[in-house]
Amino acid sequence: MSYAATHDHHDDHHGAPKGFFQRWCMSTNHKDIGTLYLVFALTMFFIGGSFAMLIRAELFKPGMQLMQPYFFNQLTTMHALVMIFGAIMPAFVGLGNWMIPLMVGAPDMALPRMNNLSFWILPFAFLLMLSTLFMPGGGPAGGWTLYPPLSLQSDSLAYVVFAVHLMGISSIMGAINIIATILNMRAPGMELLKMPVFVWSWLITAFLLIAVMPVLAGAVTMLLTDKYFGTNFFNPGGGGDPVLYQHIFWFFGHPEVYIMILPAFGIISEIVPTFARKPIFGYKAMVFAIASIAFLSFIVWAHHMFAVGLPLGAEIFFMYATMLIAVPTGVKVFNWVATIWGSSMTFETPMLFAIAFIILFTIGGFSGLMLALVPADFQYHDTYFVVAHFHYVLVTGALFAIIAASYYWLPKWTGNMYSEFWGKVHFWNSVIWVNVLFFPQHFLGLAGMPRRIPDYNVAFANFNMISSIGGFLFGATQLIFIGVLIHCAFFSKKKATDRVWEGARGLEWTVPSPAPHHTFEVPPVIHDDELAHGHVND
Amino acid sequence: MGQQHDAYFVPAKSYWPIVAAVVMFTTVFGAAHWLNAEPGDAGFGKTVLIVGVVGVLGMFFGWFRSVINESLSGSYNHQVDVSFRMGMMWFIFSEVMFFGAFFGALFYIRMFSVPWLGGTGHGTLTHQFLWSDYAAAWGANGGNGPERVGGSFSTVPAWGLPLLNTLILLSSSVTVTIAHHALRAGHRGKILVFLGLTVLLGALFLNFQAHEYVEAYKELNLTLHSGVYGSTFFLLTGFHGLHVTLGTIMLAVIWLRVLKGHFNKDHHFGFEAVAWYWHFVDVVWLGLFMFVYIL
Amino acid sequence: MTSGGIRRSFTAAATLALASFGSVVHAAPGPWQLNMQRGESTWSQVPYHLNNISLAVCTVIGILVFGAMFIAMFRFRKSRGAVAEKWSHNTMVEVVWTTIPVVILVVLAYLATGGLTSWADTTGSQMTVKVTGYQWKWRYDYVDYQGKPIDKVGFMSKLDTQSDRTRQLGSGMDPFAVKVGDESTYLLNVDNPLVVPVDTKIRFVITSGDVIHSWWVPATGWKLDAIPGIINAAWANFQTPGTYRGQCAELCGQDHGFMPIVVVVKSKADFAAWLAGQQAKSAAPAAAPAAASSAAAPQTSQAAPVADTAKQG
Ligand code: HEA
Ligand code: HEA
Ligand code: CUA
Ligand SMILES: [Cu+2]
Repeated sequence: MSYAATHDHHDDHHGAPKGFFQRWCMSTNHKDIGTLYLVFALTMFFIGGSFAMLIRAELFKPGMQLMQPYFFNQLTTMHALVMIFGAIMPAFVGLGNWMIPLMVGAPDMALPRMNNLSFWILPFAFLLMLSTLFMPGGGPAGGWTLYPPLSLQSDSLAYVVFAVHLMGISSIMGAINIIATILNMRAPGMELLKMPVFVWSWLITAFLLIAVMPVLAGAVTMLLTDKYFGTNFFNPGGGGDPVLYQHIFWFFGHPEVYIMILPAFGIISEIVPTFARKPIFGYKAMVFAIASIAFLSFIVWAHHMFAVGLPLGAEIFFMYATMLIAVPTGVKVFNWVATIWGSSMTFETPMLFAIAFIILFTIGGFSGLMLALVPADFQYHDTYFVVAHFHYVLVTGALFAIIAASYYWLPKWTGNMYSEFWGKVHFWNSVIWVNVLFFPQHFLGLAGMPRRIPDYNVAFANFNMISSIGGFLFGATQLIFIGVLIHCAFFSKKKATDRVWEGARGLEWTVPSPAPHHTFEVPPVIHDDELAHGHVND
Repeated sequence: MGQQHDAYFVPAKSYWPIVAAVVMFTTVFGAAHWLNAEPGDAGFGKTVLIVGVVGVLGMFFGWFRSVINESLSGSYNHQVDVSFRMGMMWFIFSEVMFFGAFFGALFYIRMFSVPWLGGTGHGTLTHQFLWSDYAAAWGANGGNGPERVGGSFSTVPAWGLPLLNTLILLSSSVTVTIAHHALRAGHRGKILVFLGLTVLLGALFLNFQAHEYVEAYKELNLTLHSGVYGSTFFLLTGFHGLHVTLGTIMLAVIWLRVLKGHFNKDHHFGFEAVAWYWHFVDVVWLGLFMFVYIL
Repeated sequence: MTSGGIRRSFTAAATLALASFGSVVHAAPGPWQLNMQRGESTWSQVPYHLNNISLAVCTVIGILVFGAMFIAMFRFRKSRGAVAEKWSHNTMVEVVWTTIPVVILVVLAYLATGGLTSWADTTGSQMTVKVTGYQWKWRYDYVDYQGKPIDKVGFMSKLDTQSDRTRQLGSGMDPFAVKVGDESTYLLNVDNPLVVPVDTKIRFVITSGDVIHSWWVPATGWKLDAIPGIINAAWANFQTPGTYRGQCAELCGQDHGFMPIVVVVKSKADFAAWLAGQQAKSAAPAAAPAAASSAAAPQTSQAAPVADTAKQG
């Protein structure tokens, strides 16, 4: 058959197809699939956020207010699972889907149909997982870490395990797609060391995903067989060890937390130079730092297990390895600061979120470093100090980066400018309330409040109430975000230019706003000046 | 668009992905329901599971058929081919990591948890306070932990069926490579013979493996319940067996496709992907033979 | 390095680091408490000082980094007419800011390692208590004291009734009203506390009967997981008599938040008397359970896992 004939069923050359099902359910278009991912992630963020609101409401003051303790545990577990696997990760995949082909000059992802499958697995996986909340025995209540033997006591285990399998399959396929796109679909002239840092960060993140999601699948499979098929992996009576599960889980779990921060580093490294109007400082060092963090992330997992009674040598090894991560992460922070030094800055909403990210993520990193010191972690472990740590890196880290990216690329996606005024209102409220929400949790943890408890001694009352108030206001603030998004997409009269931001560099800004349904069907001819990092010679 | 367009290919829309998502969901929903079924349950979960599995098979058939048709019609250029190759390689890497989790568990259990329960090093107190009459050992005597879960059992000797199976898999790797060379040289008859041989060897392996399982359960009292020994033994060999089954089916499909003349000497990614997969399954087996059977 | 040496260097460094806030000694958490408690075991100083030192180090780095950022944000604004410079690289500074953190980390690692080795050393303990977690209570078995094995002294310890009633959903009771003396003990009090002598190196051997729990009394400076089928061990030597409170610190099911730990530290003489009383009671079986006072801990009849105790060699 001749080549021309295949053009006919290669039907969507010009513009998006009309039918809803055709366009969204059968899509092979990276932009549409990216949009699906982002909308899904936002929905999940609200679901997970609602669970958090219930948690904060129960913890508003001492005494049981609203729910039975077991339901509280389900909320904590589901909150984390939904936020991590439903909100943060899909949001990054959505951003990758939208932007990576645009940034490397590719017409689409390397494997577009698999891309669609990666997405469509997710709603079903979460249907499966969330449905357990309505089942007689209730949902999983053993924490997102699903430690046995506790997790084996719940009847929803099978559903959760299968849901995790589905999410794993989705993430692995998504990651394979991203790697293939970056390695195989770059336009001629887009050399690896000229790629935007965001693309680099995703390349490395994708590698992490493929390396660790199968390990999680293995771990939960062992849970399943221990519960339903009589195996003894985690039963000392049969020669196993509950701690074994924790080793396997955290071999996944620690790289997982970097999966949630490396693309954020990438985003910040795009936004800061744009609004500083100055090239990123130390491009190669930035790329190298990401790679080092990824490498180190494989050998630090037991820092989540300092209190399980590891042999002394193991405690020391994992402490040192963990502390080392501060070095490449420091390089990133310092390089961002050096980027804004001597620059010409403006403070549009994306830049505000990016700056807040740098400061607040660093605070989260500091508490991480404190946690890495084993003797101190004996006190911190499983207290609100840890909760404060990871919300700083996850909420003011990963989530803020996602929000920053949304503002940054929204004009490119929709062709309209968002309302800068409401963007700033969203920013200032977020940044204030998130600190009211999470900063006092450091104090609670230091004073001795354990995590995952529905009720507490009256000594913890003050800071919990402050934290809850911050939580409600931070949650309500996110409604502004929805407003800004809807306004920008459907009502905004202000059209965006192609370049959108004065200082923006890179291929994604050379296509029209909104980006047409198909871009770079013919490989672009690349001039180094168009690239964000076209003149890297150090 | 003409010429330059050759550089890029974006496939047409397809309903297979969403079908795949639905049938996968159906399968696991059925399975989970079945696992939790009450004794008097009317088999609802089981039915759903069967529907799901049939759906998955149908989906694979349909999806691959459309991909094969596109491939045959020449839509896939070199770049698509490379993407496919990368996809397969990274998929195999993910499989390696999946087995890595189970091998990791095996090493941990053999090097740490069992010796500790027996009182070595870090486990002194555990042994002294909880399991003082347990003498740690791997295999028949002690591999099922201090509670002797599943009762006493014997292990499968490495130098019987497992050795045979090793030889079978190794030779199957050879035959598949010969078939590959034949494909590149364009000898169709030779491909069919050696690829066919590979399929047969795969089937033979599975047959012996099944034998071994029956014997383990009937003669040796080595079951899934035989403490961690049974757990690691059956999950490692079981997942491997599952992969061999899959590989054998894929090889059989490739054999049919060769018969239909789907491949030529520069255009046979499908063949190569399956061959890689087969080598991967082979390597995993070598690991198993070493750490599960011999050591 | 002896543990005394470590303590001295910690104390010195801590003073230097100006990290002395929150140094009030707490046996239980207090309202508005900002910092970690110092603890009451000799070793508990280690995490406390490490916490303060690392916090101080981070604060200083934070001030430098954020300070630089704020200066940059002020000086290099487009609205102030700043023009962007062109440079994007400087090997010298990059080497500097890779090296300095390494140096800082080496110091922190050195301090932490010394503290850790002294923690792991349970040799020379004068007493052994076996702690077993259950959903949702603790069991304490006295194994030996001053080189002599103790027979059949052990009991269950669970949330006190007052807290338990108050914490029920819709109880209408006020958590602030749960008090012992003037100490608010809501969810931090038990029926039968663990009683131990002062100034004695006690080895805790910790395990569980069902799921994983974690035994945590902040005054000891550590927590350690109670894992079914596994024994973990750590030590503490309480320096002053008193009542020390803590909680289960590993999610263990619905009542994870309701399995507190109370350790009553007595003078050696008082402890000896208490122990003798316990031994007498277990010798005369089925004694009527005494009223739940914190001093006299009855050998409760809920001692289901006696078999478990008997099994140990
Ligand atoms: C995005 C997610 C994310 C990120 C980036 C991190 C980053 C880090 N984390 Fe965190 N962590 C989590 C998510 C994350 N973490 C989560 C979710 C948990 C809890 C899981 C659970 O139990 O549910 C957790 C728990 C956790 C623990 C276990 C606590 C416990 O349970 O007892 C530890 C212990 O070591 C730790 C350490 C660290 C360290 C050292 C870093 C480092 O990467 C931080 C490095 C950054 C800096 C240090 C700041 C910048 C550096 C400089 C300015 C240079 C100079 C600085 C110095 C020399 C100090 N984390
Ligand atoms: C990426 C991850 C992520 C994100 C974004 C968040 C976001 C939030 N988290 Fe999350 N959290 C985790 C990951 C995350 N968390 C993890 C991993 C755990 C550990 C779980 C475990 O122990 O197993 C945890 C645990 C955890 C706890 C401890 C629970 C416990 O130990 O029992 C608490 C308590 O305060 C908390 C609070 C919050 C709050 C208030 C937010 C807020 O930022 C949420 C804000 C968002 C919204 C509120 C949604 C949007 C708004 C609406 C729905 C409108 C309606 C609301 C109002 C009008 C008020 N989280
Ligand atoms: Cu016991 Cu938590
Ligand atoms: Cu970690």
